[in-house]
Amino acid sequence: MSHATEAGRVTRVNGPLVEVAGLRGVAALDLIEVGPQAISAEVVSIRDDLLTAEAFEYTGGLCVGDTATTLGRPLSARLGPGLLGGVFDGLLRPLDDGPTWLDPGALTDRRAEARWPFRPAPVDLGTPLAAGALLGTVATAGGFIHRILVPPRVTGPLAWLAAAGPIGEDDAVAIVGDHTVNLYEEWPVRRARPVLARLRPYAPLVTGQRVVDLLFPIAHGATAAVPGGFGTGKTMLLQQIVKWADVEVVVFVGCGERGNELADAMADLSVLRDPTSGASLRERTVVIANTSNMPVMARVASVYTGMTVAEYFRDMGYRVVVLADSTSRWAEALREFSSRSGELPAEEGYPASLSSSLAAFYERAARVTTLGGAEGSVTLIGAVSPAGGDMTEPVTVQTVRYVRCLWSLDRDLAYARHYPAVSWRHSFSFDGATIANWHATEGRLGWAEARARALSLLAETDRLSSIVELVGLGALPAHERIVLLTGRLLREGVLQQSAMSENDAYCSSAKQSALLEMVLAVHDRCLSLVEGGLPASAVEEFDLTAVTRARDETGPDDADGVTRARDELLARIAGEP
Amino acid sequence: MKPGPSGSPAPPELLAPVEFSGATQVGGPLLAIRGVEGVGWDEIALVRLPSGEVRHGLVLEVDGDVAIIEVLEGTSGIDPDLVAVAFEGRPFDIPVGDGWLGRIWNGMGEPLDGGPPMLAPRRRAVSGSPLNPSRRDVPSDPVFTGVSVIDALATLVRGQKLPIFSSAGLPHLDLAAQIAAQASVAGENFKVVVVGMGLTHADAATMREVLETRAASGDLVLVLDTADDPVVQRVLTPRVALTIAEYLAFERDQHVLVVMADVTSYCEAVREVSAARGEVPGRRAYPGYLYSDLASLYERCGRIRGRSGSVTLMPVLTMPGGDVTHPVPDLTGYITEGQIVLSADVHADGIYPPVDVLSTLSRLMRKGVGEGRTRADHMAVANQIIASLARARVARELADLIGAEALTETDRLHLDFEDAFYRDLVHQSADESRSMEDTFARAWGVISTLPERELTMMPAESIAAHYHGSLREGNEPPRSAPDNNDRG
Ligand SMILES: Nc1ncnc2c1ncn2[C@@H]1O[C@H](COP(=O)(O)OP(=O)(O)OP(=O)(O)O)[C@@H](O)[C@H]1O
Ligand SMILES: [Mg+2]
Repeated sequence: MSHATEAGRVTRVNGPLVEVAGLRGVAALDLIEVGPQAISAEVVSIRDDLLTAEAFEYTGGLCVGDTATTLGRPLSARLGPGLLGGVFDGLLRPLDDGPTWLDPGALTDRRAEARWPFRPAPVDLGTPLAAGALLGTVATAGGFIHRILVPPRVTGPLAWLAAAGPIGEDDAVAIVGDHTVNLYEEWPVRRARPVLARLRPYAPLVTGQRVVDLLFPIAHGATAAVPGGFGTGKTMLLQQIVKWADVEVVVFVGCGERGNELADAMADLSVLRDPTSGASLRERTVVIANTSNMPVMARVASVYTGMTVAEYFRDMGYRVVVLADSTSRWAEALREFSSRSGELPAEEGYPASLSSSLAAFYERAARVTTLGGAEGSVTLIGAVSPAGGDMTEPVTVQTVRYVRCLWSLDRDLAYARHYPAVSWRHSFSFDGATIANWHATEGRLGWAEARARALSLLAETDRLSSIVELVGLGALPAHERIVLLTGRLLREGVLQQSAMSENDAYCSSAKQSALLEMVLAVHDRCLSLVEGGLPASAVEEFDLTAVTRARDETGPDDADGVTRARDELLARIAGEP
Repeated sequence: MKPGPSGSPAPPELLAPVEFSGATQVGGPLLAIRGVEGVGWDEIALVRLPSGEVRHGLVLEVDGDVAIIEVLEGTSGIDPDLVAVAFEGRPFDIPVGDGWLGRIWNGMGEPLDGGPPMLAPRRRAVSGSPLNPSRRDVPSDPVFTGVSVIDALATLVRGQKLPIFSSAGLPHLDLAAQIAAQASVAGENFKVVVVGMGLTHADAATMREVLETRAASGDLVLVLDTADDPVVQRVLTPRVALTIAEYLAFERDQHVLVVMADVTSYCEAVREVSAARGEVPGRRAYPGYLYSDLASLYERCGRIRGRSGSVTLMPVLTMPGGDVTHPVPDLTGYITEGQIVLSADVHADGIYPPVDVLSTLSRLMRKGVGEGRTRADHMAVANQIIASLARARVARELADLIGAEALTETDRLHLDFEDAFYRDLVHQSADESRSMEDTFARAWGVISTLPERELTMMPAESIAAHYHGSLREGNEPPRSAPDNNDRG
């Protein structure tokens, strides 16, 4: 590339670890290219004349003595309108245009032929502009308005603005001061994009998943970790959020996971429609894929790349959610490299910097005022795959320290086919109170109380179940037997939610509350019946399948249908002998 | 060239002209040689001994003028002063063609059946290339194994990776061989690649025997690495097999099933090699990259848009001490799409195959069954059986805790259901291949032992079409193979 100053020579190759001597003018974390295939590599340390770099592709055939040149910049993402709807590798190179087999050198980061319809903003030449100011828009598929802004750190009077019409990715959009703003912007992926202010969380990000939204809600701009052993439902939960989250843009980072899953998710997203725009959900999604058979070192980059893409859309004033499946594979890639470069290992071989790397990553999520003065947010949800399902392993432990929500997946629940297998005992949300206030302003005054009652009934059920195992159900007083009954209704009617169900894969906030209220109302009624002298065993014989039927048979938005089912059920119970 | 009738996978003209001689260090599988030039990482090396014997090596590291080589056949008998090494300038590769079919090979692709070596003009690196994920097609058609419990409840789907988790002493190799011998796809081109890794000679012989018919038909490739073969070689064995499978699937439009046993032996080989390299050990001393390493095997299965073939993978592994949190099953579970779990308890009851149904799951089953693929009621049948088995398990635990007298009538019906399930549906002999029709008839026979009100997962139309009353009402359900009811 043109930035090259002076060529260096490869002196050592051990898998992705490459050492280079004689290359000057290189800073830590700069990109270099090595060998005849110009494999890109990131410089991780510089000692005297010797650079250590990690290659992003397979280094087979790379020899001592091969040339190395510097690109003179750190690993950067090319950001522009072609991102939505696309699938990219960890370095943000389009995969949809790529060949079937990904050999080194197979991908490029440009789509030279693509053109987008640019519409200039009504700004007069000479107007002083600051970073974040709107220069124009591009409408992409599905009517999404892509805002072209003055990039961070650029200010000055508008000297030129492109006319309306089709432009390509390397074309200029405007000249601000003495800076030419292109349609595509490059941004170093490891650096957070600047904002005017960080704001406190306020409104919930509605996932349509009851156990999340009702019990452990997440706010726009917050973070959540989803730890769970294999097969406990991390990917399913994340993909449900990809489909249903109330955001404008979704960034899904498939980090060291399965290719089949990705193909499946893409197929689903192409079929599902956004209810408001009518476009396929794929058009609001950016997929970054570094499947487990792709080069390990690009896995490290993939999470930063995903975060950078999310921040780019956030800066346009959108709400974005990033889902990273799985952050453990990213941490393992860090470990793999640090052990190869001879770094002193800390816990379980992970580098001592694991904790700070995780913190830096999770802290990039926020609700913000953008440089342009708009409000935007990046919400981050990361799956964690603990080795051996052991929740005390370093990645899980360190991640839990930095997140606002924890949705712990429980192997026993998953084996009992209770999905989503979110444990009500080992999960938390720090934003419950904030979100309760938001629901109150939306007129759902009982939301906080219903949530508190559900949580305490579930805890009470667990306590009573362990007693029943010892002494049998008969030994419990009637009101405690009703608690057990309600616990089961909560689990089956409210918490369980099949991602495969036509009516129930997504559940609106209103229907969520209606279902929870239905169970609580049944609880109150049954309790008053036993207090009135009806034996608990008689109440236990009631046919309460109306609860799961209300869940499955009313539409996702049909809260009234649930309320009607509740009233019918209560009337029937009242009429029981 | 390696002497003897077996030949070598490397054609003779590829012996590169430049040889470097005099190793500086020899130990374990590693050999370090100084003064080399122009040697690339991960290249193949030919190591020539004074006797004329040629061994194969891979370049693990190049550092200045030193190359570190991993010798596949081990370094025993190598005198550092008398060895000469030539570098091939290419990665470890094998010829690709149809000649692999119907034959038996060792872990490096050399003939074990006395036949000629595999020769073909085109070669492929055994490490393969990553498949572009956006070129993948979603797996969506079944592979029939002829094993009822798998076909009914954990259907294998073309392009899926579905492992068998077993423990020492269980008949997983019998099951693997049975599946390899019986598997089919409805009327389409189908080939099987069986890879033995670290098998005992006795097990390898059994494999050969069970698979004789299929091998004779030319639909099978058998790659056998035995426990006494060099460990470094074992690391390449599955890659050789998968390279053949990819060729058959994606260049010859075949549906290919790869059965791989025992992945635990493979992982132990990886661990041994890693220790020899002096790498930082991770959990249970396996290297930290074991996940990526296993993924580089397992992810080679799948389908590609616009091509009609598929690679389906069934790895078999033994969980040391029956421990599912051990790194081998754990990392496998994190990569594969479900698992079939064998249980010592079920085995003790004399059931074959001894599948623990509640921990078994084929994550892609939903995509591969139903109307037009197997039968419209398939998913409901599976869901119902699993839900009722879960109910039976709760009843059994309750009975163990507070006595069988405490059970309700419904609980007892579920216990009977569980018995019928293992007796009539699961149990079959190791050489019995059941049609889907037979399997469905048995499944409904088992379901029909429950009263209709207990069939909460079953749509009314399926009940109308297939349910034939409970035993308790005196309707003896028709059994398609009543002679198979003995429980060992
Ligand atoms: N919400 C759900 N509804 C229905 N089924 C589910 C749900 N969640 C999980 N499952 C079932 O569990 C299986 C495994 O789920 P998933 O693939 O999400 O697990 P995972 O935690 O991502 O596992 P891994 O760590 O191996 O990637 C799914 O294939 C599906 O059968
Ligand atoms: Mg997953």
